[in-house]
Amino acid sequence: MNKRDIEFEILRYNPETDEKPSFQTYRVPCQEDWVILDAINYVKDEIDRTLSYRWSCHMAVCGSCGMMINGEPTLSCKSFLRDHPDRIRIEPLSNFPIERDLITVMDDFMEKLGSVKPYIVPNEDRPVDEGEHRQTPAQLADFKQYTACINCLLCYAACPQYALNEDFVGPGALALAHRYNLDSRDVGREARADVVASNAGIWECSFVGACSQVCPHDVDPAGAIQQTKIASTVDYFKALLMPWRN
Amino acid sequence: MESIRSDVAIVGAGGAGLRAAIAVAETDPDLRVALISKVYPMRSHTVAAEGGAAGVVKDNDSLENHFDDTVAGGDWLCDQDAVELFVNEAPRELTQIEHWGCPWSREPNGRVAVRPFGGMKVERTWYAADKTGFHMLHTLFQTSLKYPSIQRYDEFYSTDLVVVDGRCRGVTAIDMRSGQMRLFRAKAVIIATGGAGRVFPFTTNGAIKTGDGMAMAYRAGVPLKDMEFIQYHPTGLPGTGILITEGARGEGGILVNRDGYRYLQDYGLGPPDPWPRKKAMELGPRDRLSQAFWHEHNKGRTIESPHGDVVHLDLRQLGEKKIEERLPMVRELAQSYVGVDPVHEPIPVRPVVHYTMGGIDTDIDAASRIGGLFAAGECACVSINGANRLGSNSLTELLVFGARAGRGAAAQAGDEGHEPDQSAIEEQAAAAQDGVGELFRRTGGTERIPHLRKEMNDTMELGAGIYRNEESLKESCAKMADIQRRYAGIELEDKSNVYNTDLIQALELGSMIEVARAIVVSALNRAESRGSHQRLDRVERDDQNYLKHTLARYSTDGDPSIEYRDVVITKSVPGERVYGGGEK
Amino acid sequence: MSRRPYVREVSRSWWWLNQRRYVGYMIRELSCVFIGAYTAVIVVSLMRLSQGQAAYEGFLDALWGPVGLAFHIVAFVFALYHTTTWFNVTPKAMPLRLGERRVPGGAIIGAHYAGWLAVSAVVLFLAGD
Repeated sequence: MNKRDIEFEILRYNPETDEKPSFQTYRVPCQEDWVILDAINYVKDEIDRTLSYRWSCHMAVCGSCGMMINGEPTLSCKSFLRDHPDRIRIEPLSNFPIERDLITVMDDFMEKLGSVKPYIVPNEDRPVDEGEHRQTPAQLADFKQYTACINCLLCYAACPQYALNEDFVGPGALALAHRYNLDSRDVGREARADVVASNAGIWECSFVGACSQVCPHDVDPAGAIQQTKIASTVDYFKALLMPWRN
Repeated sequence: MESIRSDVAIVGAGGAGLRAAIAVAETDPDLRVALISKVYPMRSHTVAAEGGAAGVVKDNDSLENHFDDTVAGGDWLCDQDAVELFVNEAPRELTQIEHWGCPWSREPNGRVAVRPFGGMKVERTWYAADKTGFHMLHTLFQTSLKYPSIQRYDEFYSTDLVVVDGRCRGVTAIDMRSGQMRLFRAKAVIIATGGAGRVFPFTTNGAIKTGDGMAMAYRAGVPLKDMEFIQYHPTGLPGTGILITEGARGEGGILVNRDGYRYLQDYGLGPPDPWPRKKAMELGPRDRLSQAFWHEHNKGRTIESPHGDVVHLDLRQLGEKKIEERLPMVRELAQSYVGVDPVHEPIPVRPVVHYTMGGIDTDIDAASRIGGLFAAGECACVSINGANRLGSNSLTELLVFGARAGRGAAAQAGDEGHEPDQSAIEEQAAAAQDGVGELFRRTGGTERIPHLRKEMNDTMELGAGIYRNEESLKESCAKMADIQRRYAGIELEDKSNVYNTDLIQALELGSMIEVARAIVVSALNRAESRGSHQRLDRVERDDQNYLKHTLARYSTDGDPSIEYRDVVITKSVPGERVYGGGEK
Repeated sequence: MSRRPYVREVSRSWWWLNQRRYVGYMIRELSCVFIGAYTAVIVVSLMRLSQGQAAYEGFLDALWGPVGLAFHIVAFVFALYHTTTWFNVTPKAMPLRLGERRVPGGAIIGAHYAGWLAVSAVVLFLAGD
C-alpha cells in the first residue's frame, strides 16, 4: 500500500486558552485508500490527543463528520485523499459557532428542525390494529427523495442566506417539512405553514442552490424549497380567490 | 453537583431509547423523560442498519414460523417465552412505526413489502430500500419531537448508575460541552446504549459502539449474559468493515471463492439451485456463513486483497434496475469505498464483527434484577437472539423491547417505594465525579489510549474470533486482565474541560476493557460449540451441560465470576439446525 | 462555565467572493437588472410608438447609437445567462412524474429551450418584413 505525506492545516480552538481560532499544521503519512477522517484519526491517535471532532459511522449515513475541506462543506468519511493535493485545509462547518476545534454548536439547527413539525399529522386516528396505511410505490416515490437527509448540515454551511440571516429556517429543515407535506399519510401542510411559509422560512431563500450542490445524498433541498414556494403561493391565491373553500 | 430531576431517565437515544421515550410519553404525558445520549440521536448506530425488520405479515406465514426460525437460528439458546412474545408483538410495532411515517417499501397494491432474509423460512422482513435502520431512526426521532414531556440531553456521556438499597435512583453524566458532571435523578432508568463491537478491530460498528451502558450496569451488579456470543456479519467491506446488507443476498446475491465456486454448498447449506431459496446457501444463518469463510480461508480458497483475504459477493445477475431500486446504497458504498460497481463486478467482502448477542441480563419485560433499572436493544440480553441472531430481528427488537422498557419504567415511576436515602445518592454521585477527576489529576502516565485500545483489539481478534480454543481463550483472559491493570496507567494528554474527546475516549476504553473481559471469560467457560461461539477443541453442542445462559458478574479484582441459568424451553425442543435442502 | 463558542464573522458585502458558485449566483442576480432595464426599454418603445412616427423613429435612432448598441450587447449576454441558468434549474422547482418514474430533468429543460426557439422563430418571422 503506497503512502503519501500530506500536510493538514487544521483550525484549532480551545475556548479556555485561546482568544480566537488559529491553524495548526500536521504532517501525516497517509495510505492511498484513506479518507480525510482516517487521517484526522491518525492525528488524534499518534500526534495530538487534544484534537476534538465528531464522527461515528464512517459510511456517510450518521451525518456527524461534516467539516470544511479546502473551503468546501464535506463529509470527512467520504472524502478520499486520492482526490486531494498534498496540502489540505480543514475547518469546522461554516455558519455555526465553534464550540471546540472542529466541533460546532448545532443548537440552532436542532431548534429549527423541531419548529417545522417534522412528523406525521394524520388525517384520521387510524388504529394500529387496522394495519398499515396503503401507500402505492408511486406515492412513496413522491416524497422518498426528501427522506434521505442525514442532518449533516453541509447545506447550512453552504447557504449564504443562512450565513447572513440567523433567522432563516434553512435548507435541511425546509426539505424535511416538504418530505412530510408530500407524504400521502400527512395533512399537516397548513400546520407547518406558520414557520415554513414565513419570511424566515422559504421566502428567505433566493435559490442560490449551493445547498443542493453540496448535499451528499441528493436530497435537493433547493428544489424542495422552490416547490414549497409554488405550493404556498397556490394556497395563498386559493384562499384569496375562493375563501369559501375553508 | 447540579441535579436534573425526571421521572424516567433513558441513557441512549437510538432506536430502543427513542421508542422507550415515546412509550413513556404515550403511557402518561405527565411523566418527565430525560433522554440522555453521548451523541445527537440521529447519529446513533441504528442509523447504519440496512436490511430490514422482521414481522409476520404474509398469509402463507405464521407467528409459529417466525418463532421456530428464531429459536433454531439462536441454536436453542433463546428464551422461548420471550421469543413468543417478541414474534407476537412484532407486526404491531412495525405497523405503529408505519403510522408514524416510516417509509416502508411497498407492493404495487400499497401494502408493505417484505423480503427474504437469512435463516427465515418465509419472507417477513419489512424494509425501506436498503436503509431501514436510517429510516426507522429518523422516524422515531422526528416523532419524539411531538412530545413535550421528552427533554433531551444531547452529548452527555453517562458514567455511572446510582443504585441505593437495590433500587436504581439515577445516573451521573458528563455534559460534554462544559465538562461538568450532572446527577440525573430519576425514579426509573432505562439503558439503551447499544452493543460493543468496537472491542474488536474489524467491525461494522461506528466509533460510538463501546459498550458504555453494558459496563455501567455490570459495575452496578447486573450480570452480563451470554457475552461470548459475538456475531460476525458475513459481508463487510475489507479495510473499513462497512456493512453490506444481507438484503443483497436476499435479493439473489451469491458468494463465491477464488475459483468462482459457491462454496457454501460444501457446508451443509446446499444444493446451490434453485436460487434464491430461503434458508439455503447465501440465505443461511450468519454464524454458518462466517464459519464457512474461516474454513475456506484455511483451505487457501479465499482471494487476497490489500486488506486481508476476501470472498466475492456477486450481484451482477440482479441487473442494474433491481440494484438501483432495492440496493442503491450498497452500490454507492461499493463504488466509493472499494471502487467496484456491483452492476459490473463482484464486491470483495469478509466477515466482520457486527452484533453483540449478549448484554445486560433482562427479563421478558426488559427489567433487570435492580429495581427501577431497565435495558433494551442491543445492550440488553433477554434473550431472544440466543447464540446467533437472525438478520432483521434486531431492528424489530428495538421496537418491541424499547416499548416494553418504556411502559415498565412508566409504571415504576408511579411507585417509588421508600424515600431514597439522599446522602447515599450524593455519595455515589461524588464518587463518580471523583473517578473522572482522578483521570485528570493523574501524572506520569505509562500507557497511551490508542495503543492500549489496539492491544485490546488484537487480543480479542486472536483469542475470541470466529473460532476459538481453550488455549487462545486462556491467553486472552490473562492478556485482558493485564490490559485492565495497565489501564490504570493511562494519563490524559488533554486536560481541558470543553468537549474533551481524549477524556471520552479514555472512559470508553475503560468500558470496552470491562466488556472484553466478560466476553473472553464467558467464552473460556463455555466448553461447547453453539451458534456463533465455536470451539475447535469442543466442536459439538452440549445440551446436557450448556443449555444455559452464561452470567458474568463483575468483580473489582480478578476475572468476572461465572454462573449459569437454564434457558426457558416451552414449545421447541432443541434439535438440529437444518438449512439448505431442496425445499422452496 | 468555560464554554465560549466562537462566531466567525461573514462580510455582509463581500461574502460572495469566497466561492465560485457564489460569484456565478451574483452574476445571475445582476442579470435581473438588465432584464428589468430591457423591460423598461420595451415600455418606452410602446410609449414612443403611441406618440407618433417621428417619436418612434427618433427612439429607433437612439437604439442604434453607440450607447444603445453597447447596452443591447451587454443586456443580451446577461439575458442569455439569466435564461440558461433559470431553465437549468426548472426541473427542481417543477418535478413532473409519469406514474412512478420522474420525467428526466433533461426533458423538462429541453422543452423550455424548444419553446424558446419556437417563440423566437415566430417573433423573428413577424419582425422580418
